[in-house]
Amino acid sequence: MNHPALAAVAEDIARCMRCGNCQAVCPLYSVTLRESMVARGKVHLGEALLRGDVEASRVLADRFDACLTCLACAANCPCGVRVDRIVLAARAVMADSGLLPLPKRAACAVMPNRPLLHAGARLLSRVQGLVFRRRELGMSPRFPVGLGMRRVVPSLPRAGFRELSSEVTPASPPAPGRPGPSQGGAAPSPAPARAPSPAPARAPAPAPAHAEGRIVALFTGCLADYVYPDVALGAVRVLSANGETVVAPRGQHCCGYPIIAAGKLDLAREMARSHVRLFSGLDVAAVITLCGTCGEAFIHHYPELLAQDRELGPAAAALASRAHDISRYLHSVSSLNPALLGPLDLAVTYHQPCHLGRGLGVEREPVDLLRAVPGITFIALRHPDRCCGGSGAFAFGHYDLADKVRRQKLADAAETRADVIVTGCGSCRMHLEEGLSHTGSAQRVLHTVEVLASSVSAGR
Amino acid sequence: MGPNLPKFIDALKKALGPDEVITAREDLLCYSYDATPDLPRVVPVAVVTPSATAEVQEVVRLAGRYGVPVYPRGAGTNLSGGSIPTVPGLVLSTLKMNRILEVDPDNLLAVVQPGVVIDRLNETVAPHGLTYPPDPGTVATATIGGSVAECSGGLRGLKYGVTRDYVMGLEVVLADGRVARFGGRTVKNVTAYDLVRLFTGSEGTLGIITEATVRLIPAPAARKTLLAAFSTLTGAGDAVRLIVRSRVVPATLEIMDRVTIETVESYARAGLPVGAEAVLLIEVDGVPEAVEREAETVAGIVRRCGGELRTAADDHEREQLWAARRAALPALARVSPTTILEDATVPRSRLTDMLLALHGIAEEYDLTIGTFGHAGDGNLHPTILTDARDQEEMERVRLAVGAIFRAALSLGGTLTGEHGIGLAKKRFLPLEMGEEGVWVVRAIKRALDPRDLLNPGKLIPAAPAAGADGEVDPG
Ligand SMILES: Cc1cc2nc3c(=O)[nH]c(=O)nc-3n(C[C@H](O)[C@H](O)[C@H](O)COP(=O)(O)OP(=O)(O)OC[C@H]3O[C@@H](n4cnc5c(N)ncnc54)[C@H](O)[C@@H]3O)c2cc1C
Ligand code: SF4
Ligand code: SF4
Repeated sequence: MNHPALAAVAEDIARCMRCGNCQAVCPLYSVTLRESMVARGKVHLGEALLRGDVEASRVLADRFDACLTCLACAANCPCGVRVDRIVLAARAVMADSGLLPLPKRAACAVMPNRPLLHAGARLLSRVQGLVFRRRELGMSPRFPVGLGMRRVVPSLPRAGFRELSSEVTPASPPAPGRPGPSQGGAAPSPAPARAPSPAPARAPAPAPAHAEGRIVALFTGCLADYVYPDVALGAVRVLSANGETVVAPRGQHCCGYPIIAAGKLDLAREMARSHVRLFSGLDVAAVITLCGTCGEAFIHHYPELLAQDRELGPAAAALASRAHDISRYLHSVSSLNPALLGPLDLAVTYHQPCHLGRGLGVEREPVDLLRAVPGITFIALRHPDRCCGGSGAFAFGHYDLADKVRRQKLADAAETRADVIVTGCGSCRMHLEEGLSHTGSAQRVLHTVEVLASSVSAGR
Repeated sequence: MGPNLPKFIDALKKALGPDEVITAREDLLCYSYDATPDLPRVVPVAVVTPSATAEVQEVVRLAGRYGVPVYPRGAGTNLSGGSIPTVPGLVLSTLKMNRILEVDPDNLLAVVQPGVVIDRLNETVAPHGLTYPPDPGTVATATIGGSVAECSGGLRGLKYGVTRDYVMGLEVVLADGRVARFGGRTVKNVTAYDLVRLFTGSEGTLGIITEATVRLIPAPAARKTLLAAFSTLTGAGDAVRLIVRSRVVPATLEIMDRVTIETVESYARAGLPVGAEAVLLIEVDGVPEAVEREAETVAGIVRRCGGELRTAADDHEREQLWAARRAALPALARVSPTTILEDATVPRSRLTDMLLALHGIAEEYDLTIGTFGHAGDGNLHPTILTDARDQEEMERVRLAVGAIFRAALSLGGTLTGEHGIGLAKKRFLPLEMGEEGVWVVRAIKRALDPRDLLNPGKLIPAAPAAGADGEVDPG
């Protein structure tokens, strides 16, 4: 098989020594105990495809589709094999052979099409009540609507982020009687990028120069745009309270990862170009993402997709160096002023999204930020970095597998007895919430920045 | 005429349920390999995943009726081609037989199904203050069944022995589908032949292990870890010899040579002394007072042999020293696409000779060989760094592997300390056992599996054709 995507990962394929170490960490292997499910099997199938020992087929497409791209294998592989890249390359081959699984095909039709996605979300939120039974945390289908009877879809808000917020939100001045942003207190950690503030701790405004004039762009991503607008609104609130002016450019759309995951690389490249053009044209200090997967798109995938693009390749690389996940940004780039944080009486635990933790290396930042909130009790999960099984569209195509993987996560979460499972990814959240609605658990799921936003409100 | 496969597969599905019989070619491809490099890939006709002894019996009976060979498979991490098909047949995966049936702290034993992963057994017995000592590098993945069938060793062999020292009893499905039980729950047992030992290390060629009763020991209360760097191989070899002679028995006594040290340093920056010819990682364990005394004895010997010493003061530092050792294989594996891990083992007094012989072989065949391994029990892992796609170099690799075996045997050693014979090494068997020894092996196999249905083509060299010297295996 001579396919450029597969050729690009030939070295990765050759590096796998079949040691089987990935068996110890692959969530899908642990629930199936099948060799074609584990990374080693995927690499072998990739090699077979490359060598022409196997043809593209529905079964093969399904095997490559059955991967959470959770990166656990890559992180544990003694040979440094990037199994996720092999899987994505193989999916590209399958897509070019016309073998996209149905949910992925649907995603490819809708995701890149902003007006369609937008109109669809609006419409869906209105018809949801007709089609779905309302439940505590979401809705479950009244009739089979192609999602599988047991799948509970979150109730869509009537209005998305876009309708609820303006394109530019100026930095909000500190509330009267409150100290301005400064160092000290329960600072999450010293911020390397931050100039030492000459202002005494209790001095009133103005804020230090660096935060004052700072303008940042917000990339919301589909889920924080349409399903969880409180996440995007919360981010705006926290950032502007911290002295940042927030621009949420209207021209943004899906980050394109679902398209990459489906293997439609040409389409994904178009989406990357559009975002690189849009965000490179803004004179902002940083581009902030609200989900590890979107972050990976900006930081890893766009530069890779556009590596051969003379015009936009360098811009993609420059953009990548300015892109930060919200929790890293508030932790280490422009550190969140601890004086802004008011008390919350809450027991929380934290589930680390795979693409945020292993993908972007953002591991301790959210935990440090949560711990800095006065009144919060933090209880660590037994395996915070184990995949929840959600993985974007995966749960639509492989509901039973996704559910089995999730059970381990929910059992760990129940053990903590936390009120809230905090996480940094809308897809994890949707999957966890759906699982909680089945178990009848009272635990809720929130994004890190929503907790911070509540704390900032409590501090006003 | 071959067996009637469609009927055979139908019968399997009837016996186990359709979900436990894997037949899609895309899935079957993934059972054509294990962790062994450079072997031909034969795709099985089906894979079955039974979860009870009775199901295993049924599978073996059906395979016998249709004349289809059976290849037992655990996690597929062995390094001798033990679990892959040689001719198309049925792979029997034990992974769904993964229940821990009993933990008996009074008799210091556990009863487990073969698909239980070693680490899981250890996690389960740890709350009782107990441990199952055999610890191959794959404890997090390898199964009890596979490690019993290979008689796996590990890092603690010097003090704690190997898998065979911990197997008390076995339940085995024989080639004709009957079930036999050997050994049991007693420390002492001299009833008839020691069939537990016969099946331990039998590499799936005599029967399918469906249950094992394993011995547990109290977990050691204290341990102390030291790292010693030497500017000569002889210095390191002397230290190993003197430590053993001083009647200190370290739990771990590991060695890494210069190639390994440099590779580990450039990959993991573990703080190993670059420029050293060899380092030893030494760990003593037991009751606290004895541990202190033994650590001092070891430190004295290291200094006398010209070694430079680092001692771990706490768990964090211990972790750092171990990280360097654990990085050995990963680091070597990253240097080149293909990693050939060998298993040459010599009496530990000949360790230095073997290390020198390996240097000679690397030079003669113009290959990069990094060597690390279990110095304390003479079990070395010369690791050849190559690229399977380079046919010319692979030819030299195969010659070098033969030379490594011959060197080990000439020093009074063995072909394999812990990885097993399997496919990769069977043609060398007569070199170690002589034709008479091989005859005994064949006689046992013929008595227990006369139709050669269980893991055919493994362990036993093809009967010598006239004029040939046993080197008939293409692998
Ligand atoms: C990175 C790495 C490090 C390693 N380090 C060590 C080490 O330090 N020490 C060591 O000794 N080994 C080591 N090994 C080799 C390997 O991990 C061990 O041999 C392991 O015990 C095999 O277990 P498994 O479950 O993978 O068995 P498999 O590979 O699946 O099978 C091994 C053999 O047992 C047979 N078998 C499996 N289950 C049964 C059963 N129920 N009944 C009968 N026969 C059966 C198979 O047919 C095959 O012949 C290492 C391997 C790797 C890849
Ligand atoms: S992907 Fe990595 S961990 Fe898995 S078998 Fe290959 S080399 Fe080993
Ligand atoms: S990315 Fe995750 S699900 Fe996919 S093979 Fe690796 S460990 Fe398994």
